[in-house]
Formats: sequence, structure tokens, C-alpha cells
Amino acid sequence: MSAAPPAPLHRRLGLTDDELVAIREKLDRQPNDLELAIFSVMWSEHCSYKSSKPLLRTLPTSGAGVVAGPGENAGVVAIGDGLAVAFKIESHNHPSAVEPYQGAATGVGGILRDIFTMGARPIAVLDALRFGDPADLRTRHLVDGVVRGVGGYGNCVGVPTVGGELVFDPSYQGNPLVNVMAIGLLRAGMLTRAVAPGPGNLVVLFGSPTGRDGIGGASVLASATFAEDDPSKRPSVQVGDPFAEKLLIEASLELIGRGLLEGLQDLGAGGISCATSESADRAGTGMLIDLDAVPRREPGLAPFEVMISESQERMLATVLPDRWPAVREICERWGLPAAVIGRVTADGQIVVVGGGLAPDGRPAAGSVELARIPAAALTSEAIVHQRLAAPPARRRSAPAPGVPTGPGDRLPDRGMDPGLVLQGLLGMPNLASRRWVYEQYDWNVQAGTVAGPGRGAAVLRIEGSDRALVATTDGNQAVSAVDPYLGAALSVAEATRNVSITGARPLGVTNCLNYGDPTRPEAFWQLSEAVRGLGDACRALDLPVTGGNVSLYNESPLGQIAPTPEIGVVGLLDDLARLVGPAFAADGDAVLLVGEAAGGLAGSAYASLAGLAPEDTPPILDLAREAAVQAFVRAAIERRLVASAQDVAAGGLAVALAEAALWGGRGARLRLGVSGSPAIELFGESPSRVVLTCRPRNLAALHRLNREAGLPLAELGRTGGSRLVVELTGRGATGAAEERGSRVADAVDISLADLRHAWENGLARALGEGA
Amino acid sequence: MKVGVVVFPGSNCDLDTLRAFRLAGAEAEPLWHESPDLGGAAAVVLPGGFAYGDYLRAGVIARFSPVMRAVADFAAGGGLVLGICNGFQVLAEARLLPGALLRNRSLRFVCRQVAIVPERLDTPFTRAIGERRPLRMPVAHGEGCYYADEATLDALEAAGQVLFRYARPDGSTPEDPLDPANPNGSLRAIAGVISAAGNVAGLMPHPERAAEPILGSDDGMLLVRSLVEAAAERAAAAGPARVGGR
Repeated sequence: MSAAPPAPLHRRLGLTDDELVAIREKLDRQPNDLELAIFSVMWSEHCSYKSSKPLLRTLPTSGAGVVAGPGENAGVVAIGDGLAVAFKIESHNHPSAVEPYQGAATGVGGILRDIFTMGARPIAVLDALRFGDPADLRTRHLVDGVVRGVGGYGNCVGVPTVGGELVFDPSYQGNPLVNVMAIGLLRAGMLTRAVAPGPGNLVVLFGSPTGRDGIGGASVLASATFAEDDPSKRPSVQVGDPFAEKLLIEASLELIGRGLLEGLQDLGAGGISCATSESADRAGTGMLIDLDAVPRREPGLAPFEVMISESQERMLATVLPDRWPAVREICERWGLPAAVIGRVTADGQIVVVGGGLAPDGRPAAGSVELARIPAAALTSEAIVHQRLAAPPARRRSAPAPGVPTGPGDRLPDRGMDPGLVLQGLLGMPNLASRRWVYEQYDWNVQAGTVAGPGRGAAVLRIEGSDRALVATTDGNQAVSAVDPYLGAALSVAEATRNVSITGARPLGVTNCLNYGDPTRPEAFWQLSEAVRGLGDACRALDLPVTGGNVSLYNESPLGQIAPTPEIGVVGLLDDLARLVGPAFAADGDAVLLVGEAAGGLAGSAYASLAGLAPEDTPPILDLAREAAVQAFVRAAIERRLVASAQDVAAGGLAVALAEAALWGGRGARLRLGVSGSPAIELFGESPSRVVLTCRPRNLAALHRLNREAGLPLAELGRTGGSRLVVELTGRGATGAAEERGSRVADAVDISLADLRHAWENGLARALGEGA
Repeated sequence: MKVGVVVFPGSNCDLDTLRAFRLAGAEAEPLWHESPDLGGAAAVVLPGGFAYGDYLRAGVIARFSPVMRAVADFAAGGGLVLGICNGFQVLAEARLLPGALLRNRSLRFVCRQVAIVPERLDTPFTRAIGERRPLRMPVAHGEGCYYADEATLDALEAAGQVLFRYARPDGSTPEDPLDPANPNGSLRAIAGVISAAGNVAGLMPHPERAAEPILGSDDGMLLVRSLVEAAAERAAAAGPARVGGR
């Protein structure tokens, strides 16, 4: 037996032979090993977006108030009064699969740095989590670790975790998803860019010293499929220190506030290599990097380890030479090491030197040049791959708006009592109360949380004003698995709807696209369809995409994940006095449904409980209708006609009504006209629907307001009592009466106590935790 | 009259606390952890957070900071000191308050609205509450399970040093430490205690986060106003020369 010769270095670093050829062309020579290592992280999928860049260019990115869009660390939108909001969502999927606590914790840390790098104080975190079977012991280990990690980091840095998602689906069994969104507020003068302008300026690294943790985290973990559950990848996972991050926040904001920085870039994936080349390339400059000057956690680090380490809680600043003493003084006060590790140069090259720099900023006598790469070759001119996209051989597309769906299925056909179905749905791990999770997060530190986690959207008061930011994340993987275009568009529709129905105006969209191996044509087709759906939905709703993140290679030996477009939306509420929540607000209020059920049950929670019928299709999305529904609800709230507004989403109308009843602590007696399938009416998840309640005296005004919009607006009944009763009656052409006489199916008739029991305990029970 | 809010590296409720005291009309100023004195403050608040990261045990490093020497001297001289959450943990570690705060019985961090009932209405920290009724405010901690041995607990009860207990919404005390109304399993449902001399107090819930109705409750302002009133009275009685004196 003879050992096979080791693969060439570029392949071991994850670069293909073609990419090596491209690197030789960029350099016009053979790269040395250090240069190859730098290229390998910078040309990784995670840093370069080499597969997704051509798709992302198609997204709408401009809009009212957009101050910074994609390409910056976070999107920034002006909100008046000299303020702006910064927000972004990012994935930390693969690190969390290997080491859930640290993976999730550093996911929070990384996205917070993207926010305060822009000069914004972080005010909220939302975490969108996806796992496999909750009964599986490994899943439970991952859930426990990820939830503790999100809390351990966010709680300590003092940023409230105000919302997010928790979804279980078998496709995530080998590859969980941890997507984290952060939001920050900044004064206009604080806006800072991740640039390194001004040749001769100092390059300052401050924060934690550099160690061996997270070597190649981006290239090793985030840019390849898991071959197996491989503990040898654990050293690639970064280790978070939220205490250091808290100091980093305060020091960075103080440095920016005092006007001491020319530019600021956080260190994330790709470490020093990425921060130096990106900030130089954005400014059209280069950098001379003094490797020996980098503060280290341990001796004996090789040059490539220093250059690509993803040690957490570090920042790279560009500083005028005469301001360095003031910068150092502030870092020292916050107990953070700071060092000048190089100079900005004019030649556009990233040059790494061992042996130190002379006082004039040139390489010292006897120093050695270890690497020389054009900054642009690592970032703006990095390799781009045109991937092949091909739909799967067999797929069922969604019907177009207006096209009749198949014959309606009827609840009795599936042998279900609708009240018991509702109770069953509310107890499902995907629909039950998320309290077990969100009580482990500090969701009200900073004393600005008006509405916290557990409901449609979080509401954060803007300090010193009567205005508020409203934020949510939504992602529809179930429909995406059937139709990735529709799934992405539905995700945008749901997230924006959740913001609009509080009375807020959505400002922009951030997205985290979690897909499979882009070299597989079917996976790349899913990604390209999702980007198309995302773009179409944002254009229809007139919203800019202000930033986001793409996570590919979400596959394991167990298969590929369901395509998962995670959409984050932030909105602005001009007057907190007009905030509307989803809970039934008072007894005797009228209950109305805006919009109407359409389309099928594919991808619904009901289908996962009752099974799919052959005629089931995904729901229909009419983006013009969606925009009209959101505009109508916002207008009704503006006129103070609405007492509560609840989105119809997972679990359908019945679950939406039950949640509003449980949150409000009061039931309702309702009658629902059914023209087709009772299951679709009660449990279908077709979009563009909102349950409104209002004082009865406002009914006429609501209908008047709807004259122009012409939306379906059905009165269902009144709130009150301790039961939720929904009678299903026939509906004639007018949509109103009981033309077919009697009830078409058994009514939902169940006590809130029974519903609450299922809903309160469902999640903890599924995870095997004491309730 | 000035209220000082100590800022340790890792404090994260300092800004919320300053805001709440300013809302109550006090002049509230941050006190940096390296400060050797209290800058003339008439009352001192130790806010919530994770002082120095709390990596070893909550509050255990913070007690050795320069400002804590000044706080200890101030307390020994009768000065008013309030510790909230992590601040309570620091005061317990510094032995300025009796008992210890262990990890929550669930072994998980817990953040939720709770009800607490004041056991005494005659202290500088509770005087504005007026009547014995449940007050709503959030808890947010991983180590808030109040513990002391039985004899100490009996002595604290006898001396009137139990300042707040967790309560059910109707005001009744959950006797069982596992009752959902007791968020962390504290013995005898103790949420806050006061020193024997009556000038140092600590509690796990966050009054500064229950400062306005829009945040879900403004009951916390009753505690904030109590301390502001008491401090102002003392400052006036002591006269300007001795304000914040040792």
C-alpha cells in the first residue's frame, strides 16, 4: 500500500484548477503559498459571491431614503429627524451545525459588527432558526446550543433579541440554518463607510488579539457541502467573546462620534485579508501591511494564519497619523489592544511585509515582502462563475392568478373535525408558542421594546420620540420546496404584511438566501428563481433591497435543505399612538377578513398534518392584490378605524383567529362563508389576507374606505366569550348568505383553554423539555 | 441633587437607568468604574449588565473595582445604594447585602414580565409606592435565584430585610420555588433585600425597564421616584457641604 500523493495546495484550499489559472492571470505569475491562501478565502463563495453576484445585480436597490445599499456592511435608510436605520441579515449555518453555541453566538457578534461599523448603535436582533426533527436527540442538542448561543451573546452585549423564527423541517436534519438580523440607529453625521482612503494614513487594528480560531472559517465551512459530521472542522469555528464585543461597540461609536476615523471595517470572514483588501479597493487605494505588528493571542502563528484567522471582535480603522494618539487613548480606556498594522498606499496593491516598517512607513531594512496582490483582484474583480441552472425534471408550478385550481377537497373527506385540527395545528412545533425560546433572550434591555417576540412583528420605540421601528423576519421554505420563485415572493409578501398591519410603512428589505450547491444545476435554478421572485415582489411593493447575504452548499449526506429565502423587513411607524397589535382588543368588536382564500394547500401546515391530496397546489400570489391589501390596512389604521390586525399565515385563517384570541384573552363567535373547500378556507395559507377587528361604529367607515380599493371585506362576527366558534356556511354568488342552506362542514367550536393548552406546551413538549 | 449610575465595562443597563432617573427629575450621571470617588452623588445605582463579562461568576470581579471601594465607604456612611440585577449580584458579592444569587433553577436565562410585591413601604427605595400591591416589571437574568441558609432567611424576615417578593398576578406569594410566578426558584420568593441599616438595597427585576406605560408598565418609576425623593431629602438635610461626603 502506498499513500497517494497529496493533492496540490490550491485544491486543498478549496480552489479549482480553473481558479488557479485565473489567479495566475491576475498576478501574471505563479502565486506563492501565502498568496494562494489569501485568494482561497477571498474567492470563497462566502466572501466573493462568485456564483450569486450575476443574480443579485438584478435586484432593485434604490428607493426613497436609501443612504447605503448592498456592498456596504449594512443597508442604511434615512427616517427623518436626522436619523437613519441600519439593518442586515446574515447566515451562520455551517459553524452552528458543527458547534451550535459558538456558531450562533458568533453569528450574533458578526451581524452586530456590521451594524456598528456603519456608525449605528445596535438596538435589536432577530434570529431565524431552522432545524430537523425536534424529537431527534441531535436536533435537540443543536436547538439547545443555538438558543443558548444567541442568548449568551445578545444578552451580554445588551442588545434585545426581539423576534425571529423557529421552524422544524426534515430537510434541515443534516444542515440547520441560523440566520441573524440586526438593526441599529444612527445620527446622520455618524454614517461611516468601510473605506481606506488617503495614502499615508495609518491602518489600525483594534479589539481582540488574533489567534488560531476560525482559520478558514468562511472557506472551509461556509463554502463547501458537509461530507459528514466532522469534528475535525471544529477548530474552524470562531469563538465569541460578547464582553469584548460590548467594549468594541462603545469604543467604535466613541471613535466615530469624535470624528477620529476616515473609515472603519469589521473583521469577519476572511479576517485581515478581507478587511484590508475590501476597504482599500472601495477607496481605490492599496495597503502595506506590517504582519509583525498584529497583536496576537499566542506565539508561533504562521503568516497565513495571521492573514486569514477569523478571530472575533476585531475592527480595522483608517486613521490620519496625527489622530492616532487620541484613537489609542480611547481604545486603552475601553481595555482594547490597538496597533498600527500598516499604511494606506496609492498603488492599489495589498502588500504584506514581514520584518517591520520603518518610521517613514516604508518596509524596514531587512524586511521581506511576503505577498503582493492587487486589492481589486481579491474583491471587486474577483472571479465570477456563470453557473448552469436547470429546473428539476418533474415539478408542479403554481397556478397563475385567476386560474381555477383543482376540485376543492373537503374536510370530511380527510376525516377531520376542524376544531381538533385547529388544536392539533396549534400544538405543532412549528405553530406552538415560541415562549420557551424567547424567554431565554433578553428582549427588553435598552428599555425600548414596545412589542417583543412571539407576535407578528417587533416594535421598537425610537428614543426621545413618538416614532417606532417595526421589524420582522419571514421565510417560506415549504412553498419554496415546490416553487422557489413563489416561495421567495411569498416570503417578501408575508414579511412586509406583518410590518404594514401594525400601521408602519416598510422601508426596505434585507435577505438571507439559503440554498444548495450552486454547481448543481437544480440547486442553482432554485437560487436564480428565488432571486427573480424576490426582485419581482420588491418591485411590486416598491421596496428596495438594501443588503443581504447568500449561503450556499447547504447540503449534507441526508440531502439538500428546502430552499430557504429568509426575508427581513424594517418599517417606520410615525405615531406610536396609532400602533395596532394582532390581539383581539375588546369584547364586542367586529371581526373582518380582508382578502379571500384562494389556491391550494401544498406547503401548508395543514398538509403536513393531514397529508397532500393530488389536486393540492401551492397558494396563488397576486402581488398587486398584496400591495392593495397592505395599503388598505395602513390607511384604515391611519384613520384610527382598526382595533387589531392579524396576518393570515402558517396554519391559515383558523390559526390566525386562534392566536388573536389567545393573545387577547377573549374568544369570538364567527360565521365563515365557504364557496369551495372548507379546508382551504380554514387552513389554507394563501397570502394577502388580514383579520381586522374594529369597534362596530367604525364598520361603515371601513367599508367606505374599501370602496376605492374594492377588496373582499367580509364581516365574520364579533369578539367575546371564552370559546372560538367558526361556523362554516354555504356562500352564494354574492358571497354573503347561506344559499345552500345548512352548514357545509362541522364548525370549529372549542374553548380557549383547550387551545391555550396545546399552544403553550407544544414546543417544549416536542423538544422533550419540561413545560 | 445628583444620582450616580456606576458604569462597569460590560454594564448594559446604564443608559436605561440614567434615562429612568432623569425621567424622575433627578440629575443622573455615569460613574466610571475606575473612578476613586462618587463625584458628589447623593445616591448611587449599580445597573444591570455583565460587569467585566461575568465569566467567573456574576459580580465577582466587579466588587474589586476602584469605584466599589468608594461605594462601600459611601454605604458604610449611610449613603443610599441601589443594585439592580447585576448590580444586586455585585452588592451581594461585596457583602453589602446578605445572601447569594445562584443560577436560575431552570439553568436557563429568563426574561419575562413578573409581578413583585413590596414587603415594606417605609424604606428610601419603596416610600413612593404607597400601598402593598403587585408591581409589574421585567426580569432578565441567568443568575437570580436568591439563596441564604434557613437561619439567615429567618433572621432577614424577622429584621424586615426582605424588601420584595415575587407574586402571582393577584398579589399572593408563590410558596413553591417552582411556581411559574417565581421566575428563578428564589427561596421564599425573595426578589429583593435591604441592608440591616436600611440604606442599601438590591433587586433582580428591572424597574428602569418599567418606566412608561408604552413599555408595558410604569410601576418601576415608583422605585425610581422613591430613591430620588429620599436622596433629595437627605441632601437637603445634610446641607451642601456634606453632599456625597464620606
